[in-house]
Order: sequence, then structure tokens, then C-alpha cells
Amino acid sequence: MDDDLYRAIILEHSSNPPHRGRLDSPTHYDEGINPSCGDEVELFFRVQDNVIEDVTFDGVGCSICLASASMLTQALRGKSLDQAQEFYRAFKSWITVREPEPSPVDLDELEALGGVRNYPVRLKCALLAWETFSTAMSKN
Amino acid sequence: MSIALNSAAAEDRLRRDFPFLEGTAFLDSAATSQMPLPVCQVMAEHYQLGASNVHRGVYAWSERATDRFEETRKKVATFINARSERECLFTSGTTDAINLLATSWGESNIQAGDVIVVSLMEHHSNMLPWTQLAARQGAEVVWWGLTSEGALDLEQLPQILERKPKLLALTWVSNVLGTINPLEQIVPAFRALGTTIAIDGAQGVPHLACDVQALGIDFLSFSAHKMCGPTGIGVLWGKQEHLEAMPPYRFGGSMILSVRPETQAPQGLQVRWADLPHKFEGGTPNISGVHGLGAAIDYLSEIGMDAIRSHEIELNRYAHERLSKIEGLTLFGPSEPEKRSGVLSFDFKGIHPHDLATLLGREGACVRAGHHCCQPLMRHWRRQGTTRASFYLYTTPKDIDALANALEKAASVFQGFC
Repeated sequence: MDDDLYRAIILEHSSNPPHRGRLDSPTHYDEGINPSCGDEVELFFRVQDNVIEDVTFDGVGCSICLASASMLTQALRGKSLDQAQEFYRAFKSWITVREPEPSPVDLDELEALGGVRNYPVRLKCALLAWETFSTAMSKN
Repeated sequence: MSIALNSAAAEDRLRRDFPFLEGTAFLDSAATSQMPLPVCQVMAEHYQLGASNVHRGVYAWSERATDRFEETRKKVATFINARSERECLFTSGTTDAINLLATSWGESNIQAGDVIVVSLMEHHSNMLPWTQLAARQGAEVVWWGLTSEGALDLEQLPQILERKPKLLALTWVSNVLGTINPLEQIVPAFRALGTTIAIDGAQGVPHLACDVQALGIDFLSFSAHKMCGPTGIGVLWGKQEHLEAMPPYRFGGSMILSVRPETQAPQGLQVRWADLPHKFEGGTPNISGVHGLGAAIDYLSEIGMDAIRSHEIELNRYAHERLSKIEGLTLFGPSEPEKRSGVLSFDFKGIHPHDLATLLGREGACVRAGHHCCQPLMRHWRRQGTTRASFYLYTTPKDIDALANALEKAASVFQGFC
């Protein structure tokens, strides 16, 4: 039986992330740090004509943090910047409430992270990559 | 007096004094220790019997508050064998004590080009105040490195001494590795050079009998909440001659002898600072916290620091024996129980410490995970963090069994992924 927090898909993403690595000359980049635990996530984006053509991540962190970053690289790939922002907002509001309404966008694999609701201190782990996405977009 | 902590009578007493520990393997005492009910009671009395400020009122409540407050200072002095209670300053904790020291002593004693020695096993709170001071004064920080086992590298000592350091800032016990630094071996070498020696006792004073005069050090800082007392209160001990020469750090009420308007004086005021220890205790102090510290010292003294130490050595021995049988578990720090305090950092199958601590926590084993405020040490090791179990007088072998069982469960969750 799947663990309520450590779902198999989370462990798969964190142990074998498909888009881990660094992009040369990204158009958008930022590094997110969780000072309380030392997790560090770097995100690299190549955006062309307002579409995320490529996105990768690198970093160190717990399995929740790395799985969330890995899922981000899959979820945002190919999306327009507006769609990506909408996805970010939908995921964040879905995961930060105790009893979520169905999300207006299809969160797909990211729903596996819903288990962190039972572990409130781990919410920051699940959100680190997403907050880094948000700051990377506003910075560049 | 001394109580053998593995006796049935002691177990009964601890169960009565720490009833909330039933059913939880609390293994995070290096972060904060639990407070026994008698200490809670003394703290509550400050409010339940009528609160008052100290050193001011002339009515009975204030006398009670002040007596307990100043009695605690005497208890602190006896507990660490200070020459006088005037050498014991109340601070909000170890961090506050070290910041006081780095500002007040540091800015009047450290000059451009001076050398400050800091070890790589320091907590950020015994590192950043010194690096900041060095930056302000144009001084140099020399880092004292570690052996692969996680002890201070004594082979580096001759080169360090050659630099004629003005200050050694060193922890007594590492909060990550449990290493007890051999102060009796190190201190004389620095003393011979006239180096000022400031010891971070946050992880040492709660666990080891302390005699500041025998240690031959200049300053010692520690926190009540790691020694069965409350948060928000700690101590800076310093030799009287140092403290007398140091300028005040926090200005306000209680820390002056007189403030007189004087047209001829700079800024129009003639100010005389209070004598020790009040010169360093501006503002209304944490009164119930000080009372709690006094009660905690009574509690520890009744059990006996030697009994606590013996108990922790036995727990270390048992933990080593029990945990080293678990496949995939790597223990950090010195392997001999006599060389370490009740702090045990480990890696388990490469599972990230936060994942591991979450899994252990839901089995009722409370441990700490992460960099433990020692990021330079972690970088040196090329690790992100460790998982840490830490013991105290109320820890039992059953708690270690609970940890071992929880580790096996954690392994099953991550099976195939670690």
C-alpha cells in the first residue's frame, strides 16, 4: 500500500528525476533556499515567444522537495507563461488548504503531493521549487 | 548527592517528574530539554503567588521575587564553581551571551590584525558573532579543522598557536557530533600565550560537571532550556576582572548607579554604571525564567552531574550496540562513549534527514534533522545534513529501542528507493 506521504511516484521522481541538470544560458533562472533545513533548488528556464521551451532543475533536498521540483519541470514544459502562472497559483492554493476544492487546472501527478497536508512543516518542501519559479519569472 | 538513573527508584521518580514523556521517545534534548514538574511549579509560583519586578519594590512579593532571583545567581556560581556570583550574568540564552561578549569584550579588545580562532564544529551562534566582530575590527578568523572522525584536529594546534591568537572561541561539546573537546589539554597551551578563552557551554554544561576555575577559561556561556530549565534565559560567566573592564552592552533601567543632568558633561548627562552583575542586565529581566533556572540547577544537583554523565555513557554504549546492528546505518563522531556526550548523528541508507525524521516522528521517535545550525561543518563533510538523536537524564534504553524499530519501519517505506 502506498504511504500517505511517500507515494511511490514521489520516490520515483526524487530518486530518478528526468529533467535534472543545468541549462546553458537560461532566459530565466533563480535559486530557492529553505533556511530552516538547508534545501536548495535551482531552476533553469528557456522561454521563447512566451512559451517555456525547456526547464530543468538542480539542487539538494528531501524527497518531497526534489519530487516537487521534478514534477514542476514536467508540468510547466511547453506551457505559455500565463498558463504556467495559472498552474502555479492553482497548485499553491490547492495544496495549502486543509480541504481543497477540485483544482480548476489538471494537477496530474502533483496531486500525489497532497499528503503533505498531514505534515504541515513539510509544506515548505513541496512549495520551494514553485516559489522559485515565481521569483525567477518576476526577476528576469 | 547522586542518584543512579538506571535504578527502579530513579525510574519511578522520573516518570512522576516527566509524566508527558510516557509513550514518546523524545530524542531531541540537544535542541531543547524537557522541564520536570518541580521546575514548572517554581516558575508558575512567580505568577500564582503574585508577580512583582525585582530589585525595586519594597513589599513582600518583590522581596520574594528578588530573593529567588539572586539566590539563583548564587546557585549558578556554585554549579560552575565561579569565584563569585557577581561573575554570573543573566542573558536570554547562549546566543545572547555570545553576542554580548563579542560586542562588549570584542570591540574593546580585538584590533585590526588580531587573530580569532574558531573551530569548524561551532554552532552558527559561536561563529557569526566572531566573524562579524572580525569584519568590524579588521581582525582575522583562523579556522580550526577537524579529523575525519569529527574531533578537533590537534595536529593543527602548533600552527594555530604560532599565530598568537587573541581569542579562542570554542564549543565544549559539539551539537552535531557529540564530541567532547579535551579542554584540559587545549586550554593550557592557549593560556600560556595569553589568549582569551571563551567556551560555548550550551551542550556541555547540561551534561558534564563544570568547574570554570579548574578549566582555566575566561568566559563560559550556556542556556537554561538545555538543562531542564525554561527557554529565554541563559548565563554568561566571565572572570571578574574582564567583566569589570568591559563596557555595558544593553542600556536602560537597572544598569546604572546614577544618571545626573550635568550641563558641563557630554550630552548633558553624567552617568555612572551599576556594579557587576547589574551593569550588564539593563531592562526588566526574565524573572520566572531565572527562578526556573535555579530550580533546574537544584534538580540536576540533586541527581548529580556524575550520575547524569554515567547514565549518558551507558546510553551511548547501548545505542552504539543496538544501532550498529542496523544495516545501512552510519554513525558519526567519536566511537568511544567516553569521548562523546549524548548526541548521536547518523545517516541511514542515504535517506534525506528530513524524510527520515518525518518517518521516525510518526513512529513516536522525536529526532532532529538538518544542518543543526552548523552549515560550514556540513559543507566540509559535503553533506546536506544529518539526522540526530540526543539523550538526557530521562532517556531510557527503551527510547533507543523505539528509535531502532522506527528506523526499520522507515527502511520499508523507502524500500527500492534507497
